[in-house]
Amino acid sequence: MRSIPAVSDLTAESLADFLRALPGVDAVGLEARAADLGTRSIKTSSKAWAIDTIIKLIDLTTLEGADTPGKVRTLVAKALVPDAGDLSTPTVAAVCVYGDMVATAVEALGDMHGDPDQGKVSVAAVATAFPSGRSSLAIKIADTQEAVAAGADEIDMVIDRGAFLSGDWWTVFQQIVAVKEACRRADGTHAHLKVILETGELVTYDNVRKASWLAMLAGGDFIKTSTGKVAPAATLPVTLLMLEAVRDWYAATGQRIGVKPAGGIKTTKDAIKYLVVVAETVGEEWLVPHLFRFGASSLLNDVLLQRQKLASGHYSSADYVTLD
Amino acid sequence: MSRLAVPKTYKLFIGGKFPRSESGRVYEVNSVAGEFVANAAQGSRKDMRDAVVAARTAQPGWSGATAYNRGQVLYRIAEVLEGRKAQFVEEIMLVEGSSAKEAAAQVDAAIDTWIWYAGWADKYTQVAGQANPVSGPYFNLSVPEPTGVVGAIAPQSSGSLLGLVATIAPILVSGNTVVVVPREDAPLTAISFAEVMATSDVPGGVVNVITGSPAELAPWMASHADINALDLAGAGNLDWASLQIAAAETLMRTLAPVEGIPASSLNRITAFTEVKSVWHTKSLI
Repeated sequence: MRSIPAVSDLTAESLADFLRALPGVDAVGLEARAADLGTRSIKTSSKAWAIDTIIKLIDLTTLEGADTPGKVRTLVAKALVPDAGDLSTPTVAAVCVYGDMVATAVEALGDMHGDPDQGKVSVAAVATAFPSGRSSLAIKIADTQEAVAAGADEIDMVIDRGAFLSGDWWTVFQQIVAVKEACRRADGTHAHLKVILETGELVTYDNVRKASWLAMLAGGDFIKTSTGKVAPAATLPVTLLMLEAVRDWYAATGQRIGVKPAGGIKTTKDAIKYLVVVAETVGEEWLVPHLFRFGASSLLNDVLLQRQKLASGHYSSADYVTLD
Repeated sequence: MSRLAVPKTYKLFIGGKFPRSESGRVYEVNSVAGEFVANAAQGSRKDMRDAVVAARTAQPGWSGATAYNRGQVLYRIAEVLEGRKAQFVEEIMLVEGSSAKEAAAQVDAAIDTWIWYAGWADKYTQVAGQANPVSGPYFNLSVPEPTGVVGAIAPQSSGSLLGLVATIAPILVSGNTVVVVPREDAPLTAISFAEVMATSDVPGGVVNVITGSPAELAPWMASHADINALDLAGAGNLDWASLQIAAAETLMRTLAPVEGIPASSLNRITAFTEVKSVWHTKSLI
């Protein structure tokens, strides 16, 4: 069992030693394992369960330069009533917006703003100069504090990939610690921190493993694959790798860290593969909103079409879900 | 030294590609004398579902192409068909038991039918649309527009190539995309025709061919909410009233079965169009 150093004990050197001591990733084995888990056939009642679970785990997202308050209100309406034709459809876990839209989202949610584990909908905000992360720490902290003050329950921060790739892990670590501190509210509670690794820019699986451990050491509550602005975004092998890191962290500390694949997951079929990978790697108890999320926008419509197909027995069409 | 002939695998045609059925099923196609000719893919409801997705994806591009361009693309198919006449004649003789003369006549008729419809691409709007008289300083124009994705059952007892062509040509002309189930016992010409599609300028997904049993596939087609219209041309032996009822659930247009080959007519084109009426000011007086 790996011994986990406490945040306060870490130095630039001991962090680097710890990350360097992580074993390399067997890339071929990882991809084969992910591909194998992706072949599971999930049918009938299992599929119905999977579909509702996927909806409950979605962070319904709009992260466009063209976002308007009206669009955010529309997104919230969809989060609360994903399918107006079938009110038994569960609500999604959260809506994910830019920091300046948090107040709009909170207001639109009204009484339904709250903990997704209790059937309510959270507000997640991307912060720290999303998506590039290219600004000073002071600005990143201000960005985070502003979103938290506006009522964000969760902060999706990006790591400084430039610093990470140049080997300056300590800077990345300190920034995550600082942003985590900025997530603290006046009453002592703190907004959940999701750390976006942007795996598409980390190049190697070894880097993804290092970044995952680094983010967990620095106090991230969630590790998230991607911003959705870089291709490749979430992939099954990368998510599996991150889940393995989370599993090992749990074994060493007893603490459960969440995982959020984001970007590029567009179909129910793909999303079900992720559920299988989660269940087989960390166990089904991870399939709850505070431990696993999908960052997605178009996925929800496809899931609703599948849900309608199961309910009615015939194939549905995009005419029966909302335009985003 | 004797040579082993290489028999052709007849597969489905979905989204411009030739996949096998996801179900893994095939069925035997026999000559009229009962001899084995080939294995054809037995399409399933999921193949049909995939074909509808492909057709839906291709629809905006195809209907967005200019009428002139669609006409050119369709005309090009006839050109390629002409060059592959011998293959079609052979397949028709083998499976339908036609004489060489009858088979050649069917292929000629199919090409002529195709040309006839191709010519309508940039003309049917002028004939089927109109300017409506209104008592105000407005133009009021009614124009036909393609319906969207059309499902079709090709004639099941008449010429396999001519029946297919007479079914899908009028659907395609206006800018619809199509998922067609060809004649069940003679699907070879349909797949060879798909090869013509794949090697001419038709975008992938505009025409999708699912060989197999109409009795199995038609109910899924009729209840599919993403199909906008249903051509039951070859569904005369099915319980087509039930198909129409299922289609009505999603306000799907249906066209009733016909005896033999559907006759070439402008009505078959307009059967798969929706009329849009627009008001436009005549001038700023």
